[in-house]
Amino acid sequence: MFAQQLVNGLVVGAVYALIALGYTLVYGILQLINFAHGEIYMIGAYVGIAVLAVLGTMGLTQTSLALSIVLVFLIPMIYCAAYGITLERVAYRPLRGAPRLSPLISAIGMSLFLQNYVQVVQGARDKAFPNLLELGSFQLFGAYVNGLQIFILVLAVGLMAALQLFIKKTKLGKAMRATAQDRTMASLVGVNVNRVIAFTFAIGSVMAAVAGVMVGMYYGIVNHHIGFVAGMKAFTAAVLGGIGNVTGALLGGFLLALLESFWAGYVSAVYKDIFAFMVLVVVLIFRPEGILGGSGGEADRT
Amino acid sequence: MLELRDIHFYYGHIHALQGVSMEVRPGQVVCLIGSNGAGKSSTLMAICGVNAVARGEILLEGEAIHAREPDEIVKRGICQVPEGRRIFPHLTVLENLEMGAFLRNDASGVKEDLDYVCSLFPVLHERRAQRGGTLSGGEQQMLAIARALMSRPRLLLLDEPSLGLAPRIIETIFEVLARIRDEGTGIFLVEQNAHLALNFSDWAYVMETGRIIMGDEPGVLRDSPAVREAYLGE
Ligand SMILES: Nc1ncnc2c1ncn2[C@@H]1O[C@H](COP(=O)(O)OP(=O)(O)O)[C@@H](O)[C@H]1O
Ligand SMILES: [Mg+2]
Repeated sequence: MFAQQLVNGLVVGAVYALIALGYTLVYGILQLINFAHGEIYMIGAYVGIAVLAVLGTMGLTQTSLALSIVLVFLIPMIYCAAYGITLERVAYRPLRGAPRLSPLISAIGMSLFLQNYVQVVQGARDKAFPNLLELGSFQLFGAYVNGLQIFILVLAVGLMAALQLFIKKTKLGKAMRATAQDRTMASLVGVNVNRVIAFTFAIGSVMAAVAGVMVGMYYGIVNHHIGFVAGMKAFTAAVLGGIGNVTGALLGGFLLALLESFWAGYVSAVYKDIFAFMVLVVVLIFRPEGILGGSGGEADRT
Repeated sequence: MLELRDIHFYYGHIHALQGVSMEVRPGQVVCLIGSNGAGKSSTLMAICGVNAVARGEILLEGEAIHAREPDEIVKRGICQVPEGRRIFPHLTVLENLEMGAFLRNDASGVKEDLDYVCSLFPVLHERRAQRGGTLSGGEQQMLAIARALMSRPRLLLLDEPSLGLAPRIIETIFEVLARIRDEGTGIFLVEQNAHLALNFSDWAYVMETGRIIMGDEPGVLRDSPAVREAYLGE
């Protein structure tokens, strides 16, 4: 039981962590909770279905599995990056100087709009996510582990490591950190702040797209509501880890999913979602700055 | 090389700059003195494209730059060391310096300039792996100047570089500024410390409530009763 819940928790944690990155990166730079971020994740899953449908009719899923896997992630990533950039441009940038409540309302509005838009276009019923990877399962310390779980974990952890490296080492990554710490000063050394902000939305959306496709593959069904619950969970994870802090988002994602998984395994599967939001409330009351959020407050300490 | 013509700027309803005109000639050190709240920092931020001017023009070697974004102005060779230093607190000293060279692509030139600014302020080399926020005020000021130099500016804007620093450190900083000036970089210095500014400059402006009320050679201003009373504490 323990090993099984651990494995399940880790897989879900990888998904939460990927989505939480988008919340935390955007918060780090704009002090804005992008409530439409969960919808980007949901759209990523839908685009994944569309890509698989096209690849299927072309017969590519049969002939070239590797290429199909690359495309089923890559195309939603690009699509969602465009969505994220557009979202920022349309819903947040015009409100940059406005009181803090305005972009928040705009975020909630965009979230509702995207949810309803997808419902109108794709229908309200669940959609099946075609099975692409037929991987066997094996037993490990008494837990059933399947190939898809390993695939999800390896891909997610690889992406997280790549992002960390990117933020730490590259010029653009340093510009993101500098912009998070002092936006005006970043512009005074020649950083095009608008471009960095757009790029930040793009990165967060790319991670959400990957998470969306992963969840589609993992559970096999998608609907237009999945962005809401997953978004709230990932937001909880980001707050738990310390919002604005990249490492914190990863830690928070895994921690929340593990807590949830053990709660479901040992206490009650029915109240799993409520448990996650209880965690959010408890964190907000007793440690609003999160596990890794410290003295600095706004700045991104990676 | 830089000219401001009748610049107006507002913070909401506050008319912070009310028709500022001034000029920095090539090879000159020009200073701007004035009491707290006069509009000195607002002027520098207008030059750098952070404050969008409502009226008037800013010309850099004849080219209008007042509608440009801040990064385009850095690209054209103007760099500011802002009031309060504004070091990136969670970046290391080295990363702060690298940020100064953000728009440059000549890796070998950047490397050379890193060595150069570290020779100007050896303490930065010692502290290169430390986070910027852990430096003392004087060290942060040195880092802020060094960071600006990393963009190889033609004109360096300095906003109150002496504020809150011990006399010995101010001396070190102004020795370096003199060296930068001698190497041909234009300097536009904003100071509340009028003694210091007038001694260092070739031309000086006095600002009061968003307007330039005087512009002359430092010697003339030093002899002016109004300046002596208001800014030199005599
Ligand atoms: N961010 C701001 N918002 C509103 N008013 C400001 C802001 N910054 C400065 N001011 C006002 O603009 C005027 C000029 O300020 P500033 O340029 O900082 O003066 P100085 O640098 O000469 O001390 C002051 O009256 C100040 O109160
Ligand atoms: Mg000032």
